[in-house]
Order: sequence, then structure tokens, then C-alpha cells
Amino acid sequence: MSSMMRGTTDNGPLLPEPDEDGAPFWEFAARGELRVQACGLCRELRFPPRPCCPRCQSFDNEWQRMSGRGRIWSYVLPHPPLLPAYAARSPYNVVVVELAEAPRIRLVGNLVAAPGADIDSVDPEQLYIGAPVRVTFARLPGGFTVPRWLLGATS
Amino acid sequence: MATRSTTPAPPPARRGSPALKDATAIVGIGQTPFARRLEDSEKSLACRAILAALDDAGIPPSQVDAFASYTMEETDEVEIAKSIGAGDVTFFARTGFGGGASCATVAHLATAIATGQASVGVAWRSRKRGSGPRPWRNTRTQLPTPAQWSRPYGLIRPVDEIAMLARRYMHEYGATRDHFFNVARACRRHAARNPAAVMHGRPLTRETYMTSRWISEPLCLYDNCLETDGALACVLVSADRARDCRRSPVYVHSAAQGLPAQHHGMVNYWNGDPLTGPSWTAARQLWKTADFGPADIDVAQIYDAFTPLIPLSLEGYGFCGRGEGAAFTEDGALERGGRLPLNTGGGGLSEAYVHGFNLITEGVRQLRGTSTAQVPGASTCLVTAGEGVPTSALLLRS
Ligand SMILES: [Zn+2]
Repeated sequence: MSSMMRGTTDNGPLLPEPDEDGAPFWEFAARGELRVQACGLCRELRFPPRPCCPRCQSFDNEWQRMSGRGRIWSYVLPHPPLLPAYAARSPYNVVVVELAEAPRIRLVGNLVAAPGADIDSVDPEQLYIGAPVRVTFARLPGGFTVPRWLLGATS
Repeated sequence: MATRSTTPAPPPARRGSPALKDATAIVGIGQTPFARRLEDSEKSLACRAILAALDDAGIPPSQVDAFASYTMEETDEVEIAKSIGAGDVTFFARTGFGGGASCATVAHLATAIATGQASVGVAWRSRKRGSGPRPWRNTRTQLPTPAQWSRPYGLIRPVDEIAMLARRYMHEYGATRDHFFNVARACRRHAARNPAAVMHGRPLTRETYMTSRWISEPLCLYDNCLETDGALACVLVSADRARDCRRSPVYVHSAAQGLPAQHHGMVNYWNGDPLTGPSWTAARQLWKTADFGPADIDVAQIYDAFTPLIPLSLEGYGFCGRGEGAAFTEDGALERGGRLPLNTGGGGLSEAYVHGFNLITEGVRQLRGTSTAQVPGASTCLVTAGEGVPTSALLLRS
């Protein structure tokens, strides 16, 4: 299965294991760009990425750059039992962010206090549904770059 | 010379009545004990539950010719058939998506029997989820496609994925933890009457619930189902044959699966309205072919891996309007004597969590009149599979 996650040998955080459709997202993230797949014909944004457009069935696609702004749609604070790397940071936050350009495009992620800060760096009291956020990028120990989110609409 | 048509005349159309409706019945149910840890293997537990169900039906194993289970079931049809002494098997089917498969197993058998592909069907689920591994701990084999978009961020367990929907549901509709507690308490009170329930004799107070540890805020320990070893099974035959069986038949009145447009598995955050889950899709099909509606349901068995699934499902299956599921749980509505008693054996929260199969067998008991929390005169029962995942549901009647 192409989309299985792999564990790291040192019990670190799980790394994305992209499938063929998802690979460009991660390649753009590594360059510090938040891009979402769109239909090359009718331009409809879609997520997660897939081979063809559910609206017009075209196989043409393009990756549109997003502003990186959005709002918190919901969030959770996981507590043990968890995998070791996550238990060590619990309670950390996981947020779902709806993108400003397309509210139906929602990305799972983590809110952090500063670029490069850990997933437990934000006081949970600061989290609320509707909070404006903006994207940043973090390079994980395994070399993967993932989007993270900072509170506030402007940098 | 007389010409003869080579095209046989079509059979007379069944008027307004789908071929499935009341064409088959559940005539046997069986189960093992439920516990955090059982010694038997999953295969052995499966055989015990299936043989108990056949004994309940009064049908010899050699007459079984159809099987249905979950893709997550570890023991396949080959092992089961040769162990219990089944005859030649002419139909077998598996359904995916974990707890979404429960009612689909019965639906597939009903379809097979109603269309003449088989005559005696066995559906089963055996699981050592109590003493065995937690699936989310396995970092190599995870739910397909969506995993790369959620797990690296620490959204790892089913409870995390549902807690995300729960928080949004609380925000949009004013649901509170007390509403989730109403669900947990109803199941626990029903378990108190059921000696087979893991939580039999262990009442749950509001204070215990409110002060318990978090698992994934906003969900606490008691919002989560049990972790159970156990197995269950049921036996299906045609309605004609059911009349000669030793138990009163429980008819499969309607059945449906549900995979909504643009749905994405349990991490269902990427469609227009993530709070409208697969139950809405299954419900539309279920009621469309039924002779009765939500107001006519005497008792319900609704999949309860997590408490928020109950208000979401109550809305999906049409017992109340959008956003009204939480308020529906008030005033003991879900308890014996309430307006919709549900999970009367204790459900996944307080009897056993075996991917929802105990909800099917409890539905059968209610319609036989043999539940430990019997709803007087119950003649219709809704049974549902997991909400959030691609799902399935049954309408049963006596
Ligand atoms: Zn298109």
C-alpha cells in the first residue's frame, strides 16, 4: 500500500509517507510553499489529491499556491495512551485549518508558538474555533518538511 | 408453421416491495463470554459463537452454505467452514471499514438468501481487542489514503479523529459534555441489568465521568468504548424456513450501506459538511424501502465506539433535526422507559466492544422479547454500524 505510514527507528514522530497523488504537496512544502491540487480544466480545488477531477473528470491538474491563511475549524488535545514520541509531548494540539481561499479545503496540522517550535509549544487556552492562523514550515528530524500553523493573521 | 418466441416471458413484477423486505430472518444468535482477556484464540472464539448461534437456531452446521464477516476479521471463511463442519459453501463476503461493516454482514447474507444464492447464512465477528494490540499502535499498516494527511501531526487514534468532530459539533450546536454523559449513562444503566456485560455491576456517576482522565480533549475515558475479547454470530435463513425454526423469527425488513459522496474515511474533514456523516446516506436508503419511519421505532441499537457518535447518528437516521441530537439525549430519552431506549445490552460503551456485532444480537433479543432491559412489546428495531466510517444499518422487525 503506497500510503502507509512508516515509523521511525528512534520512536520519533511519524513521517508522512506520500502516495503518488500526494507527493507534489510534500515537494512544495519542502520549498516552503503551501499548494493544493486543482483541476487543470475547471480549476476546482480538491483535497486530498487524486488522479482526476470529481466535478468534470479531467485528468489534467495543477498545484495552486495558497496564501497560507486560514481559520481553526476544530482542534483536539490528545492524552495517553499514545505512541512514545507523542506521549512525551502530551497534551499537544492537533488542529484542522480551513483555508481562506477555499473553506472546504481543510488541513490537519499543529499550532506552534514560533516557526520551528514543538507541537506542545502553544498554551491550550489560546486555542479557539475560528482563530485566524497562518502557515509556517517545519523540517522534521527525518528530513521531511511539514506545514505548521501560527496564531494571527499577519506576520 | 407456428413460430415460437425465443424470449421467455418476464416474471411478474413485485409491486412496490423490494425483494429484500422481510424475505429473510435472523433465527439464531450466539456469543462467547466478554472480558478484557480470554484464553481462547480468535479462531476458537469465532467457532464457539457460531456453533452457539446454530444451536440456538436448531440448524446443523452441515447446512451452512453462506458466510459474511469483516475484512478486519482475522479468521477466514475457509478456517471457519472446515472447523465447524459446514457443507458446501456457495456465498461468502467481507466488508471493510472496521465497525462500519457490522450490519453489512447481515445485509449481504440477506441479499444472497433472498436471491437464491444460499440458504443458511452465518455472520460473525471475533476479536481480541481487550488483550490484543491496539491497531493504531501499528505504524506500518494504517488506514489507507488519508493517513499521510493526519498521522504525522499526531492525529493517530480513532478517538482523536472523532474528538475533532465532537469539538466542532459542540461549537456549532451547543452540545456539552453532559450530553455525552447522557449517552454513557444510558449504556451503563442498561449494562447493569445484563449479567453478560463487562460493566455489569459497575455504575457510572456524573462525578466519576466529569473527573475522569482525558483521552483526547474534549473526550474523556468514559466517552470511549471498552476494549474487549469476545465473539458473536447470527444465523439467517429465508422467511419461509424461519417459520419452522425453534425461535420466533426476527425479519430483516430493510438494509443499507452508506458511503457518501466525497467521503474520506474516519478523517472526514474534507467535504462540504463533515458533521453530516455516512449515517445520513445509509438512512435515506433504509427508510426509502421500509414500511415504517423513525417515529415507529420501538428500540434502537446505535454504534457507540464514542459517545458523540450517538447524537450524530440520531440526526442522521432522522430521529431529530440537524443539530438536535445532543438535546435529544436529555431527560433519560435513551434509557429504558425513555422515548428511544438504545443499546439496551450496554452497547460498545458498557457491554462489550466487538465492532458492533453485539448491537445486532441485542436487537434480536429485543424483538424476541428476551432482552435484560426489555422494551415492552418492541416490534421494530434500528441497528446501525459505525458512524464516521463507511457504514451500514438494518431495520429489524418481529
Ligand atoms: Zn474539473
